[in-house]
Amino acid sequence: MGQPMDPLIQSKRNHLDSLIARSRQLGDASARDDIVARVYQTTRSICEDVVHYQDKERLFRTEKLDRVLTSPIWGYPIMLAMLGVIFWLTIAGANAPSEMLAQLFGWLEGYLTLTFQALHAPDWLHGLLVLGLYRGISWVVSVMLPPMAIFFPIFGLLENFGYLPRVAFNMDRLFKGSGGHGKQSLTMAMGFGCNAAAILSTRIIESPRERMLAILTNNFVPCNGRWPTLILLSSLFMAAGIADGMQTFVTAAVVMGMVLFGIVVTLTVSWGLSKTALRGVPTHYTLELPPYRKPKFWNTILRATLDKSLYVLKRAVIVAAPAGVITWILANTPAGDVSALEQVVAFLDPFARALGLDGFILMAFILGLPANEIVLPILLMGYLSTGAMTEVEDMAALKQIFLDHGWTWLTALNMMLFSLLHYPCGTTLINIYKETKSPKWTFLSFAIPTGIAIGVTFIVTQTVRALGLL
Amino acid sequence: MNSQGNKRPWDRQQPGKSPSLSGYRVALAGNPNTGKSTLFNALTGMRQHTGNWPGKTVLHAEGRYLHNGETYTVIDLPGTYSLFSNSADEEVARDHIVFDQPDVTVVVLDATALERNLNLALQVLEMSDHVVLCVNLMDEAKRKGIQINSGKLSDKLGVPVIKTAAREGEGLEELKQVIARMAQGKITTRPYRLRYDEKLETKIAELEPEVRRVFGNRLPSRWIALRLLDGDAGLAKALRNRLGKEEVDQSGTTDGSPYPVEA
Amino acid sequence: MHTEIPLSEAAVGQSVRITRLDLTGTMRRRLLDLGFVPGAEVYVLQKSPLGDPVAFRVSHTTIALRKEESSRIFGEVKGGNKL
Repeated sequence: MGQPMDPLIQSKRNHLDSLIARSRQLGDASARDDIVARVYQTTRSICEDVVHYQDKERLFRTEKLDRVLTSPIWGYPIMLAMLGVIFWLTIAGANAPSEMLAQLFGWLEGYLTLTFQALHAPDWLHGLLVLGLYRGISWVVSVMLPPMAIFFPIFGLLENFGYLPRVAFNMDRLFKGSGGHGKQSLTMAMGFGCNAAAILSTRIIESPRERMLAILTNNFVPCNGRWPTLILLSSLFMAAGIADGMQTFVTAAVVMGMVLFGIVVTLTVSWGLSKTALRGVPTHYTLELPPYRKPKFWNTILRATLDKSLYVLKRAVIVAAPAGVITWILANTPAGDVSALEQVVAFLDPFARALGLDGFILMAFILGLPANEIVLPILLMGYLSTGAMTEVEDMAALKQIFLDHGWTWLTALNMMLFSLLHYPCGTTLINIYKETKSPKWTFLSFAIPTGIAIGVTFIVTQTVRALGLL
Repeated sequence: MNSQGNKRPWDRQQPGKSPSLSGYRVALAGNPNTGKSTLFNALTGMRQHTGNWPGKTVLHAEGRYLHNGETYTVIDLPGTYSLFSNSADEEVARDHIVFDQPDVTVVVLDATALERNLNLALQVLEMSDHVVLCVNLMDEAKRKGIQINSGKLSDKLGVPVIKTAAREGEGLEELKQVIARMAQGKITTRPYRLRYDEKLETKIAELEPEVRRVFGNRLPSRWIALRLLDGDAGLAKALRNRLGKEEVDQSGTTDGSPYPVEA
Repeated sequence: MHTEIPLSEAAVGQSVRITRLDLTGTMRRRLLDLGFVPGAEVYVLQKSPLGDPVAFRVSHTTIALRKEESSRIFGEVKGGNKL
């Protein structure tokens, strides 16, 4: 721009400009149709010569499946049933391996401690590395890995089968009503795995307005890092007092309720924004429904398990490890009579109480900004103020920790709601900034969910208290 | 007024050239849902996310493979229905083929919907001489009783046609060999170029020398003339940017997201 | 029966031969790219559970369109048979 322009380039630029001007004069609207018509004539005549169909009926076999999966009567029930079954399998299957992993880590910890003692390592080093770092990582891995290792392969099978575009097809009407784009539901499906990746996937939406809607609301589908919180809390608190056989079922139903609530919020926020800051009519929409393909079963399962497991482990080490160390240091740094951690908690407590949470929970969410995976571990660590996260060997002990800190089903419900609705994680925010290049929209993508999370938990808490339900 | 002596970053690779230090560059273009990502993974051994829904390739991924001692860098372009710059994705794919000029552009076609897929293939054939057509999903096609005469297709379009089933790993070796021979300039192609009606051809004939005057032989002049006549504003902008940048910025890279959102 | 109707009014199971597109700009181009070109045959496959969008078979692929678009694509009904 400020550079002196090479005269050769300048002259070429002038040539180019006059060339473009000339082409505008010559070109007319019908050129396009001629070109496309020509292309199609050609491809059609080529295909007539080159492609041979043995049996036309066989071509459209998978269309029959669509008649059921997207039918007016069965479309929605099947969709909900699939979601429910996925959660049920995840919850039912994850329990045993979770406990086994926890036991394994606890057993290994004994040996680690013995090693530290044998080496005469100072107490603070043992506290930092074993009680802080090692337990932090153990926690994340044992609570999160099993559900993910079940959820993602099943989801992967459905995805490779080709079911996701049908979900978009079924739900499009709702998105149209809220001013959004039909492909928004595809980006939401991506969000179930990872919101940060889903932000990139919004590129499939061509219209900037609708793409922004998809970006701003993607957070309302729970990601990888939030599933464990939702699943754990609903199995600990929501299914309490229900007969054994039904517990998994109720837990799955609660988790599904959360997901559906997230979708309702997505549609409502999209609607609100498209009436205000992102006003406009839905732009054009086309969605291809590819033929169903039989997924390569073991390949899909193996790949989803390996990829996701590695991903979770990486996050655990990269994000949870330093956070575990920081929390440990905070909890062991005296500030006045109590630790620095407790100071912070006491400061946050009054506000958190109004939302049906407590200071520890709010602090965990704040410290969990880099990654949602670490919210639960940080919370537990705070509660145990002994300076480190408890070794969790079974779920009853885990529940007792919460109960000791005055938890009720309302606390659990609010924490789930806050987790579902609050600001996106740091990585997602960075991606939003990279994609939008706008500080304003990045800020809004933080502020809108946070405002909603605060508003919803506040209303729920005050209503429950006013009605004397608790 | 031909600046052939001046080397530009996007200078057309002369056939028969030995690979540059970084090896040969191969771009994968194709409609969404043609198994392009699966093919990419199968070629490079990478694990890009695959799934049966349109638009899941969001970043154009890059990977490498070795073949007979040479390195091939594979670029997985976003899946698009055409290259007429209807969207950011299409512009990214188009710019790569036209301006970055990979040594080989592989157009991945869905064997079960060849007609629609050939659409894109014809467009790519107008943009480059170094094209291989890869008819993928042959396993699906067989199941549906679709037979494709690849020899005839190759004769008609003037470029090599390879049938593959990337999921099963079928046809990959053959594909790699054809890519290698094309990259090394051992295959002469005569890509099918569409003839339009008299009126349009006259206009193309008028514009084409002008295009050549500005860009020499570096860019496909007939295609540019055609696109400009079609009122492709996105391309006009890209051309102008290229012309301004070529001396200033040799690397030709842009920073940040190619898809800024404005709302 | 050779009257022109918008695609949105064709019933499920009907085949329509496209005569013209009353659209401009990007949407027109996108539809042309997908095979909604004059002369092409479109088969109405299926309505989504809430009635809109509708899935069409065109050029051996399945494409769903909202009413806003399909009401601006015109064609002649060819028949109700499956192919």
